[in-house]
Amino acid sequence: MGSITTLENEPGAHCKPRKETVQFLLNYSKALEIQKLSSGEQVEFIRN
Amino acid sequence: MDFSKAKDSELITNYLSGNETALEFLIKKHQQRIYSYIIIRIQDEDLANDIFQDTFVKVINTLKRGKYNEEGKFLQWTMRIAHNLIIDHFRKAKRMPTMSPTDEFDIFNIIKDSRLNVEASMIKEQIEGDLHKLIEQLPEEQKEVLKLRHFSELSFKEIADQTDVSINTALGRMRYALINLRKLMEKNRVNLLQ
Repeated sequence: MGSITTLENEPGAHCKPRKETVQFLLNYSKALEIQKLSSGEQVEFIRN
Repeated sequence: MDFSKAKDSELITNYLSGNETALEFLIKKHQQRIYSYIIIRIQDEDLANDIFQDTFVKVINTLKRGKYNEEGKFLQWTMRIAHNLIIDHFRKAKRMPTMSPTDEFDIFNIIKDSRLNVEASMIKEQIEGDLHKLIEQLPEEQKEVLKLRHFSELSFKEIADQTDVSINTALGRMRYALINLRKLMEKNRVNLLQ
């Protein structure tokens, strides 16, 4: 009997995102600042 | 601090207290499952990385805004965000014209076909999800008749017997269920056409 393809063994099923993708997210998180305005509205700022 | 055995909720609490390492552990803990979910459907490494990135940008924004409240269900919540972004991608791609090869046979046509099937099934899944949410908003008797008719495929005679009402009442409830469902669809801007 031939092998059955499932989501678990399909090519790509055990891949990870690129290191630079994860690094971007970590940098983004560090740079992201949420500030609350006097109106109560939340605004996102990206710090340099 | 060692986060290697920390639960998602602990990682999130630490992250929100300012410990950025907790986010790194959170991403690395779930990256394989989330990325696999995306790449299997997208079949393009660059796009899959973009969608993975966008998924976590949304996660980070929500967490930092203090809007996260899916206690104990971080992975499911994140997968849902990824799922919606994949659907958005397919919807956008559908609107964009593509160049077609002119050869009589092109292996990419076969790949494209299978990707369209994945797309269609994901959109169908999304529509069904939307529809179920609307059905849940119907009055109890109408919801019951509609579910028995469409999901259990009972006849109106069987529905009448099961719910202990006359056939006319069952028919009337079905009629009102459909009218109300249509109103809810308009109100919530749900489109059942793909």
